[in-house]
Amino acid sequence: MSTIFWITIAAAVATYLTRIGGHLVISRFENIHPRVEAGLNAVPAAVLTTLVAPAMLDAGPAEWAAIVVAALVSLRGGLMSMFLAGAVVLIALRQFVG
Amino acid sequence: MSSQATAERSPATGDFWEGFRLSIPVVVASGPFAMLFGALAVGNGFTVFEAFLMSAAVFGGASQMVGIELFGQHVAPWLIVLSIFAVNFRHVLYSAAIGRHLAHWPLLQQAVGYFILTDPQYAIAESKAESGRKVGFAFYMGAALPVYVSWNILTALGAFFGQMIPDTHALGIDFLLPIYFLGLVMGFRKRPLWLPVVLASAAASILAYKTIGSPWHVTVGAFVGVVFAALMPSSGKREARP
Repeated sequence: MSTIFWITIAAAVATYLTRIGGHLVISRFENIHPRVEAGLNAVPAAVLTTLVAPAMLDAGPAEWAAIVVAALVSLRGGLMSMFLAGAVVLIALRQFVG
Repeated sequence: MSSQATAERSPATGDFWEGFRLSIPVVVASGPFAMLFGALAVGNGFTVFEAFLMSAAVFGGASQMVGIELFGQHVAPWLIVLSIFAVNFRHVLYSAAIGRHLAHWPLLQQAVGYFILTDPQYAIAESKAESGRKVGFAFYMGAALPVYVSWNILTALGAFFGQMIPDTHALGIDFLLPIYFLGLVMGFRKRPLWLPVVLASAAASILAYKTIGSPWHVTVGAFVGVVFAALMPSSGKREARP
């Protein structure tokens, strides 16, 4: 079996643990410590930011324009509209600036 | 649909269709991302079957995108699994919160129910519970199954057609994921400490990327953001959960 197969199986087990784990473990405690909760609250934004920020280091004008437009659209629209706006700007500009 | 037909149905059937109706917007909204995931997975070295398998087994859009991105960057397998775990960690909170509403189900049904506990599924189940009604298994599966089935079918379709894209650079395929991840980051912007956390993680990940290099920037940046949030003074008081 391929590496991807085993990564997928391990990731599926890990993900299932997050989905059942809260019920099995955390619900046994009366309260989560506020600092732990603040840390948990920050997990998605912290992880996802690391997938955007370094990508901007190597980015050219087309990528920068796309990300700025997408960010602006996301203040009003949903995920799909911001994504489409960014993609359209990116594809259009890449025809000219490569 | 006549009222007579509705009256002849068992309560469980009615519950299933009530959930089914609530799933339709989720199916529509997640469909394009399932196809995008399939296409990008193939672009990052997955086969059509592997892309399908990841959708069927993990069933978590953002974490799957993270997984294929890191795989494409040749990150160590254990770190890919850890990153998927980190992105999915929020489910612990959903699981803890919804658990008491599912506790009256038989154990096997609970085991199945937690497998498909996604962000929208949590929202649907929680709002049903909040309205003071029991969250039944039929209702829950009615809301979850259409999303699960369409997510897997559209992943396979996206992967299949993704193989045929000739010039991925001109179509911007290589930069679509950062745009998508930015959208997810923006979606959390109502959370306490969001901007400071984003800035701390961004700075730390860029610094790590420049010094120790990829893929450690992911771990370092995430760690700095989380610890920063835990240590901030304002985290001492109780914040409303989003």
